[in-house]
Amino acid sequence: MALRPAQAKALIAKVMDTRDQEMTCDACVADLATVVEVQLTGTPLSAALQAVHEHLERCHDCADEYHVLRQALAALAGEEGR
Amino acid sequence: MPMRAPRENASWIHDLRACGPVQAEALTDLRELLLRGLTKSFQAHTDTDQAFVEDVVQQALVHILGHLEQFQGRSRFTTWAMAIAVRLAMSGLRRTRWQDVSLESMSAPIEGAPAWDRDDTTSPAQHVEQHAIGETLSRLIDETLTEKQWLALTAELGGMPLEEIARRMGSNVNAVYKLLHDARQRLKHGLATAGYTAEDVRSAFP
Repeated sequence: MALRPAQAKALIAKVMDTRDQEMTCDACVADLATVVEVQLTGTPLSAALQAVHEHLERCHDCADEYHVLRQALAALAGEEGR
Repeated sequence: MPMRAPRENASWIHDLRACGPVQAEALTDLRELLLRGLTKSFQAHTDTDQAFVEDVVQQALVHILGHLEQFQGRSRFTTWAMAIAVRLAMSGLRRTRWQDVSLESMSAPIEGAPAWDRDDTTSPAQHVEQHAIGETLSRLIDETLTEKQWLALTAELGGMPLEEIARRMGSNVNAVYKLLHDARQRLKHGLATAGYTAEDVRSAFP
């Protein structure tokens, strides 16, 4: 089963970044709203919420939802600030 | 008419659980908020329109009303609601974007051995190491991963969302994530057993 070099390089990066324990998507989703709110205030994340952030670095699905949610909330906050 | 003060979490839950005009007003306010947020965040998306956003918001309102007990108060209610709407929107987009792509097409065999081209940023030594590690990785994939893991891996590397991989496998996102995590762990362990340290890999692939 051969990979193209670009695929292999991407896979190697993912493999080397693998942790023994990783948060699943369900657990990430449960705290996504909280993470976005905290980050929009500029407050550092707690250790528990940092795990969500680490999951977002590995999971495109959850990362996409994070970015869209953050945009939506930032836009609403911008309207309220006017 | 005086502007209504913003609702606190408890008021949202109370009003949405109420009947008649109280619930109707809360639903109207929530609908408007979700519409504003999603419209802004999907403005740059060329494959969505206002009809899509309104449809998603309607789905979200139904879901939220049916799952109010799941709100745990760890965020603002409106943030929690917006997260639900965003998830529904992204799920719909993913399904549409990937509807014509099969899992098998993502792992179509490559003809001949893939060439590890050297570029100006790679030293000869790095190039040799990259090729060696790449060969080891291919062997480990053959020896340690299941067919399912191979399919999921190549699909993920090709950009297919986990949700779409799960749909094609008759599974769920969590199970696919664990499948991929196990695959990555096997490969990581295999590379270590083959004598490659994290530093070796970092040097070869800066």
